[in-house]
Amino acid sequence: MNKEIPSEKLTFNYLPDKKTLEFKFISDWRISAGLPELKEAVLQLSAHQDIKQITFDSFGLTAWDSGFISFLMQLVKECQHRKIDVSCQGLPEGAEKLLKLALQVRENVTLKPEREEKLFPKIGSLVLQRIDSAHLFLNFLGDLVLSFTKLIRGKSIMRWDDFLLIVQKSGANAFGLVSLISVLVGMILAFVGAIQLQLFGAQVFIADIVGIAMVRVMGAVMAAVIMAGRTGASFAAELGIMQVNEEIDAYKTLGVDPIEFLVLPRVMALVLMMPLLTIYADLMGILGGFIIGTGMLGLNPVEYLNRTQQAVKLNNLWVGLVHSVVFGIIIALAGCFRGIRCSRSAAGVGEATTSAVVTGITSIVIATAIITFVCQVLGV
Amino acid sequence: MEKNSQPVIEVRGLDVGYDDDIVMQGLNFKVNKGDIFIVMGMSGCGKSTLLKAMIGLQQPFKGQVLYDGKDFWLDAEQQSIMQRFGVLYQSGALWSSLTLAENVALSLQLYTKLSREQIREVVALKLSLVGLEGYEDLYPFEISGGMRKRAGLARAIALDPDIIFFDEPSAGLDPVNAKMLDDLILQLRDVLGATIVVVTHELASIFAIGNNSIFLDADTKTMIASGSPKDLLADSKDPRVIQFLTRGNKPGA
Repeated sequence: MNKEIPSEKLTFNYLPDKKTLEFKFISDWRISAGLPELKEAVLQLSAHQDIKQITFDSFGLTAWDSGFISFLMQLVKECQHRKIDVSCQGLPEGAEKLLKLALQVRENVTLKPEREEKLFPKIGSLVLQRIDSAHLFLNFLGDLVLSFTKLIRGKSIMRWDDFLLIVQKSGANAFGLVSLISVLVGMILAFVGAIQLQLFGAQVFIADIVGIAMVRVMGAVMAAVIMAGRTGASFAAELGIMQVNEEIDAYKTLGVDPIEFLVLPRVMALVLMMPLLTIYADLMGILGGFIIGTGMLGLNPVEYLNRTQQAVKLNNLWVGLVHSVVFGIIIALAGCFRGIRCSRSAAGVGEATTSAVVTGITSIVIATAIITFVCQVLGV
Repeated sequence: MEKNSQPVIEVRGLDVGYDDDIVMQGLNFKVNKGDIFIVMGMSGCGKSTLLKAMIGLQQPFKGQVLYDGKDFWLDAEQQSIMQRFGVLYQSGALWSSLTLAENVALSLQLYTKLSREQIREVVALKLSLVGLEGYEDLYPFEISGGMRKRAGLARAIALDPDIIFFDEPSAGLDPVNAKMLDDLILQLRDVLGATIVVVTHELASIFAIGNNSIFLDADTKTMIASGSPKDLLADSKDPRVIQFLTRGNKPGA
C-alpha cells in the first residue's frame, strides 16, 4: 500500500512492511527559492503510529544550501523527540556532513538558569534596583561636590579650556533654537490671552500676561526643555561613548578622576549658561508678545512696552533665575550621571541618552511645581 | 628590606569578579622587576577581570594586590601608585576628542612641571618611539587600528612608567604589526627598565616575549599553571595547558 501526498518539493512514501517513512526531496531547496513548512512532515510522522525509521531520497534534488540543512535539523530533532531512527544515507554527501556538524553536542555550554518572573520577586528586585541606583547617584553627587571644593581650593586638575568649549557648545550655539522657540511661545501666550481679554476689551493686559509669564517661569522652562534635549542628551552620549571606548578607564588608570575632569566642567558650564539663556529667552518671548500685540491686536508699541515695564517686577526675574539655576543643575546631573553609568554597548548609549532626556524633562516639571508652590507660600 | 628581593607586583589570595559572580579565585603570583609577565588563558576565562583588579578599575572581592609591598586597594596613595603605571587598552582607548599629541601630553601637563615647549618635545619623542612622528595633530579616528594601538602605547609610556600593562596587545592586528608591537615591548623593557604585564592568548607573542606567566582556567576558576611559557610547554603535564600552548593538539592523541 503506497500512499503519496503530492507536494511541490517534498513527497512522502510510507512502507508499512519496513515501518519506514521515505522523504523525497525534489527540485530547488535553497533559502532563496522558499522552503516547505515542517508541519507537513510532522503530520506524516503522526499519521503512522508504528513508524520506526525515516529515510531520505534526494535523487530529484537539484540544488540545496543551509536552508535544506535547517529543515533537516528540525526534522531530526522532531524524530529524536518521537524516538524514530533517522538514516542519513540518502542525503547528498555534503549535506550529511553539514548536518552532523550542526547536530554535534557542544561542550561547555553553561547558560544561566532563567529566573522566574513572579510578581513579588519582580517588585522586590525593582525596588532594590531603585535603591541601588539612588545610592550610586548620591555617591556621584558626593564626588562632584568634593571635586568642586577641590576646584575652589585651587587643587583641581579640571582644564579651563574644556570648560570654555562646553560653555560655547551649550550656551552660544543654542541661541538660534532658543530664539525661535521663545518668540513662538511668546506669540502663543499673546494669542491665547487675547481671545479671552478681547471679550471685555482689555487687550492691553496682553503685555502683562506675556511679560510676567515669560519672565517668571516660561522663559526658564522653555530654555530648560531645549537644553535637556540638546545638551543633556549630548552629555549622556559623549560620556557614554567614552565609557564604551574604555576612554574613562584610561582616565582612571592615569589617576585622573573622571568626575573632576569630565563631569565638573559640564555641570559648571550648564549652570552658568542656563540663567543667561533664560534672560535671553525672556526677552525673546516678550518680543513675540509684542509682535502679536502691536501687529495683530493694534496696540500702541510704546504703550505695550510701558505696560510690560510696569507689570514685570524684579521679583519675577529672581524667581525665573532661581528656576533656571535649578534646571541647569538637574539637566547637567541627569546627562552626566546617565553617561557615566552607561553600559558598554551601542544600546547602552541609546538608553543613557533617552533616560537623560526623560529624567531631565520630568524633573524640570516636578521642580517647577515645587518652586511655584514654595513661591506661593512665601508670597513672592 | 632589600629592594632586589622584593617583587614589583605581588598578588595574594585574590578573588575577582563582577557583581555576585566570582570569575577567578585564589590567585597568587609575583612579578619581578624587568619581567615580561604573561597572563594567559582561553577567551572569556577572566584575564581582563584580573587585569582590572590590578589596575584599579574593579575592586576585588578578597585578597591583596601589592606594589612594592604596598597594598594597592587599601593605600591612601592609590592615585599616586596609579601614576606609576601605564596601560595599553585592547582598543587603544585614545581620548577621541584630543589629538594624538594631546593624548600623550595630558599626563605630562597634569603631573609634571615641564614647560609647554618641553612637553612638546617629550611628546614628539614618545610618538617617534612608536613610529608615529609627524602624526601629532591627527585625531584618533583619522588613523588605522594598528596606529591607534601604537599611539595608545606612546600615551602609556608618557610618564616613563615602572610598570606597563597590556590588554590583548595583538588583538585586531595583522601579523607584521603584532610582531612590531612585540619588539616594541621588548625594547621598552630594556630601555625603560620597565616591568611588563601582558594579558594575551596570542601564542606567537607568548613565546616571543614572555619570561614568566600564569595560566588561568575558566572551569576551575583559578590559575592552574605558572612559570616561563617555554618551560610550561616542555614540562607541563596538565592537558589543558598543553592543549592551549600547542594550538589545540590534545596530548597523546
